[in-house]
Amino acid sequence: MYQYTQDDQTLIDERVAQFRGQTERFLKGELDADQFRALRLMNGLYIQTHAPMLRVAGPYGLLSSRQLRKLAEIARNYDKGYCHFTTRQNIQYNWPKLEEVPDILAELAEVQMHAIQTSGNCMRNTTTDPLSGVCKDEIEDPRPYCEIIRQWTTLHPEFAFLPRKFKIAVSGALHDRAATQFHDIGLHLVKNDAGEVGFKVFVGGGLGRTPVIGQVIRPFLEKKHLLSYLEAIVRIYNLFGRRDNKYKARIKILVKEEGLDKVAELVEQEWQSNKDSLELSNERIESIKAQFAPPDHETSADLDGSFHKRLQENPAFATWVQQNTVDHRVPGYRAAFISLKAPDAPPGDITDTQLDLVADLADRFSFGEVRSTHRQNLVLTDVKQTDLFTLWQELGAAKLATPNIGTATDIICCPGLDFCSLANAGSIGITREINQALDDLDYLHDLGDIKINISGCMNGCAHQSVGHIGILGVDKKGEEWYQITLGGSSENEAAIGDRLGPAVAKDQITRAIQDILDVYIKQRQEDESFLNTVKRVGITPFKEQVYANH
Amino acid sequence: MQIIKDKKITEDHWQFVADDQDIPQAGDITVSMSRWLNDKDALVRRGGRTGIRIRSTDQLEGIAGDLAGMPLVELDIAMFGDGRSFSQAWLLRNRYHYRGEIRAVGNYLIDQIFYLHRTGVDAFQLDESRKPEAALAALNDFSVAYQPSVN
Ligand code: HEM
Ligand code: SF4
Repeated sequence: MYQYTQDDQTLIDERVAQFRGQTERFLKGELDADQFRALRLMNGLYIQTHAPMLRVAGPYGLLSSRQLRKLAEIARNYDKGYCHFTTRQNIQYNWPKLEEVPDILAELAEVQMHAIQTSGNCMRNTTTDPLSGVCKDEIEDPRPYCEIIRQWTTLHPEFAFLPRKFKIAVSGALHDRAATQFHDIGLHLVKNDAGEVGFKVFVGGGLGRTPVIGQVIRPFLEKKHLLSYLEAIVRIYNLFGRRDNKYKARIKILVKEEGLDKVAELVEQEWQSNKDSLELSNERIESIKAQFAPPDHETSADLDGSFHKRLQENPAFATWVQQNTVDHRVPGYRAAFISLKAPDAPPGDITDTQLDLVADLADRFSFGEVRSTHRQNLVLTDVKQTDLFTLWQELGAAKLATPNIGTATDIICCPGLDFCSLANAGSIGITREINQALDDLDYLHDLGDIKINISGCMNGCAHQSVGHIGILGVDKKGEEWYQITLGGSSENEAAIGDRLGPAVAKDQITRAIQDILDVYIKQRQEDESFLNTVKRVGITPFKEQVYANH
Repeated sequence: MQIIKDKKITEDHWQFVADDQDIPQAGDITVSMSRWLNDKDALVRRGGRTGIRIRSTDQLEGIAGDLAGMPLVELDIAMFGDGRSFSQAWLLRNRYHYRGEIRAVGNYLIDQIFYLHRTGVDAFQLDESRKPEAALAALNDFSVAYQPSVN
């Protein structure tokens, strides 16, 4: 993975010093609440219902074991012994003390981490496919470009006060595992007719109150123009994005109101006048790429027979392998997901001891690295098949081996009413209920690939609008109700879910989800997935079932 | 009045003349972009020098032809969260090749001085919240940068 140079380190150290000064000025009353707000947000610090919340950047989801141990230490010493992985591959602490945040940032800086631009109206952490570099459907590893973008966006002097937040995601594979079409800018590495690899550029995607699918602004961008083109888009956005209404300030609204053609034309003009000054040299691309060279895989890892024997002898192990691991580019290796969706734990949460364990397992079995995923799990990307059994046992002992990756209990869920002042309804409790209702593993696995996303209000932190099943908390005369949508997807065939009908009461929501799953089982043809079934039969059969019973 | 200019604390005498005030015959002044565009001829005939104060909503194209030899452009930051001024500074330097003074005025934080300077602003109005020494120090908040800008 990318190792900091002296300059990288200096920059984050200086940032810590700057933030320490800002915090002191605020505590002395020299900065008012609004002024400090803008500055602390740029350092990932929110003030929530119960306490401040600190969001730490996980650059494109890649973390070393040393960094994990530091995250564990911070959870232990400054928080309540746990932290939370977000849908944008970042890490959140829910109970830090404001006065201690500068110290936390200083500790993070010791392991090349920071909270820069994890919040605020600026360019945020760039996210990517957690299987980058190991998946079989990859055109090119996106991580070097993510790192190039990370550097370019970090403390960009011109774009620190944009109309609104700005998120970039990059995918290098055929299958989009990074929700790129729901980002302000989505980049797909693609090959053109001449066989050259470049970027297909999407613009104007986003979730939240107004979910919008990104549109292609440029079908093929040469790699050397990556930064100049990004700069052109962001400059046009900075100058012309709306600032009169924060709900209309994202670039998706600019694209919607002005039209893609108009925005593309402005970007093109801007780009033409600046494209040569920011050209990426081949040497620079190659030198960053070298930092993401594949680890030393053994060439005969697939010859080992013990793995197959274990699979036959131990059905529970076989189930886990089937559900929580995926094929690897190198024969004899697999990528093993670590489920942060145990039935009784809030999705995405991880304790300090679990973090320490994952760090050890990463060192022993996966070249000392771990990735966080868009669906709030972790993955060890380079595990030899011989090691999977021990890995499974040790993960299992720590409740990290629930075999539910990609299933209906691999739920994305926001903090909801339990922790969030903006919430209309609880979401963690609903997740727990759904887990209890779906505790039969055979049934769960038979249901197959189903993505349920639950947000406690229309801000949509858990991306309910792109869940195969989306659940949105609404407030009805002070009571918690839930709006259901079906058929959303954040993958290649991006789609926003359709509303099933009127919202459902809290004591009915889990029953409604079970009804929906029953209809799917009845309607599906052979191996048809949930999403394809919904596409084929439409929402009517689901609607009839859900509202017939209530 | 003191300002920061070229990384030094400097005495300054420029006056901004609001649209409803009379133009003085002498002295160095800045006026709004609309006044400049309306009264350009009269303004250049007067005794003192004249610069333009630009709001973040003003379009720079309108004054592109007037920038050569312009002594001062002020970027009026109405609200510190309004980042358009940063792009305006960059455009003035890179697109319009403006070489005169760019001064940041209005409601901004010392914490933004480093960024403003990088995008091409070389002078900073001071006030209660932007004391001279703190503002000077802010120019050096960071010693490294990842991306090119103006400075
Ligand atoms: C109590 C804590 C939280 C509060 C008050 C909060 C608040 C908000 C608000 C107001 C928005 C809307 C912003 C907009 O539309 O531009 C938002 C968006 C978002 N939140 Fe949260 N949030 C919280 C926790 C979380 C957590 C834990 C996650 C991670 C799972 C998360 C992930 C997101 C994401 C990904 C978006 C962006 C959706 C988009 O692309 O527009 N939030 N949040
Ligand atoms: S979706 Fe709403 S309730 Fe859930 S975390 Fe976001 S703002 Fe809070």
